[in-house]
Amino acid sequence: MIQKTVNQKAWWLVTPVLVLVAFNAIIPLMTVVNYSVQETFGDNVFFWEGMRWYERVLHSSRFHEALMRQLMFTGQILVIEVPLGIIVALAMPRRGVWVSVCLVLMALPLLIPWNVVGAMWNIFALPDIGLLGRIINGLGFDYNFTRQPGAAWATVVLMDVWHWTSLVVLLAYAGLRSIPDAFYQAARIDGASAWQVFRYIQLPKMKHVLTIAILLRFMDSFMIYTEPFVLTGGGPGNTTTFLSIDLVKMALGQFDLGPAAAMSLIYFLIVLLISWIFYTLMMRHERQQ
Amino acid sequence: MKRFKWVIPTLYIIFMLLPIYWLLSMSFKTTNEILGTFTLFPKEFTLANYVTIFTDPTWYWGYFNSLTYVGINTVLSVSAALPAAYAFSRYRFLGDKHLFFWLLTNRMAPPAVFALPFFQFYSAMGLFDTHIAVALAHCLFNIPLAVWILEGFMSGVPKELDETAYIDGYSFPRFFVKIFIPSIASGVGVAAFFCFMFSWVELLLAKTLTSVAAKPIAATMTRTASSSGYELGLLAAAGALTIIPGAIVIWFVRNYIAKGFALGRV
Repeated sequence: MIQKTVNQKAWWLVTPVLVLVAFNAIIPLMTVVNYSVQETFGDNVFFWEGMRWYERVLHSSRFHEALMRQLMFTGQILVIEVPLGIIVALAMPRRGVWVSVCLVLMALPLLIPWNVVGAMWNIFALPDIGLLGRIINGLGFDYNFTRQPGAAWATVVLMDVWHWTSLVVLLAYAGLRSIPDAFYQAARIDGASAWQVFRYIQLPKMKHVLTIAILLRFMDSFMIYTEPFVLTGGGPGNTTTFLSIDLVKMALGQFDLGPAAAMSLIYFLIVLLISWIFYTLMMRHERQQ
Repeated sequence: MKRFKWVIPTLYIIFMLLPIYWLLSMSFKTTNEILGTFTLFPKEFTLANYVTIFTDPTWYWGYFNSLTYVGINTVLSVSAALPAAYAFSRYRFLGDKHLFFWLLTNRMAPPAVFALPFFQFYSAMGLFDTHIAVALAHCLFNIPLAVWILEGFMSGVPKELDETAYIDGYSFPRFFVKIFIPSIASGVGVAAFFCFMFSWVELLLAKTLTSVAAKPIAATMTRTASSSGYELGLLAAAGALTIIPGAIVIWFVRNYIAKGFALGRV
């Protein structure tokens, strides 16, 4: 850990970043705050509304349902992706040519534009022309994600697992590689079982990278928009309408600026609050080292 | 049991590759074959979809547009983030921790929240439908990420390096460019890779801020899907081509990618 010296001139070094980000964050955010407390009928005429939109959003069942779907979705993908990522990382080769091959092939989904991911899964899962749809129907299940709510939900979750599990694999693998061989030798001499090696050597070493993985996966899955929008359009009905999809529908589709702005801020605050908890945990861990 | 360990990564990679294979195979099929019969391999192998993309300017300009704003954004984000990350990794100053967390909150902001105000803001500035607008907008989440990653890498460089350089009579800018940046070259590469990646895959803001002149390739695809019926082969070919730039950059950073995802902290 580096001993930092006090130097107020360091502010000059952060100025470029500050200007660029403030330009993008503060001005638009203030616009949102403005809309959230006013009513407009066009022509730039605004009326003060105070907290009314906030109350309306907080009491609307539409927001509650979208939030519940969002929490369910984020919870489910974390429960699937994190253990799956750890299992794959544990089974990966430690050295040799196969390491590079594995890393490159696994990282591939991460670099595909998000709407291409949606379009790709659309043609992959369609029951008539898609490979996945054909296979599932061929096994005797009735599967059509454009019409069945359950199937649509499962397809979106599966798509996200396909898209992002590699992130967890890469992080967990980086954590595993930082364990010196001597640790494993000591464990072998002590006659430790595979489970004990995992529990007392590998898992503690991965704790830090896994926190980052969970933080990143939480943030990004909570903002998910493009992939489910292209795959299902939020349907059938509202089954896969997550917070972002609902927000865009409200703001750009119905042009309900006031409620949409109020919802934006509530949404942002929820993400912020949960991320802050993860961030604090992470920083505390870093200080301990 | 150890002997069969390779089964897990193999199955996982097959799962990764299946949808990509399906996309590729569709891109070589004719529309008739896609909609008419179900075939695992293209029966009438055709390059017509790719020919359309490479001869129609509305298609290939999409790629230029995307690569242009992604390039501008990567350069902008990394060069602004370098001095800031140095400040965070070396110095303590008034409000540093708050500033750092405030930067990160922008990485946490859902783009959907910013779509509409960005549209109004950039229109008012006269930047709507330019590459610069998208490049600047993507700074919102790329700069915090770049600062975070670079700060992680820089904290791994001992402070003695700085002190020795100052004793040797280097000025700060010369030390920073000549000695410090080369010593964290892999970190700069990884930060650039992540800026490239997140700018390349993001579409909501890119689509909101452009209409014709700077339209990204991914947005061109959405238009095709809706307007000219259902040209799935063409859509698949365009999608397959968007994978290539990513695949190329992954190859270059393959040994550092995990360290980058760990924000330089492994």
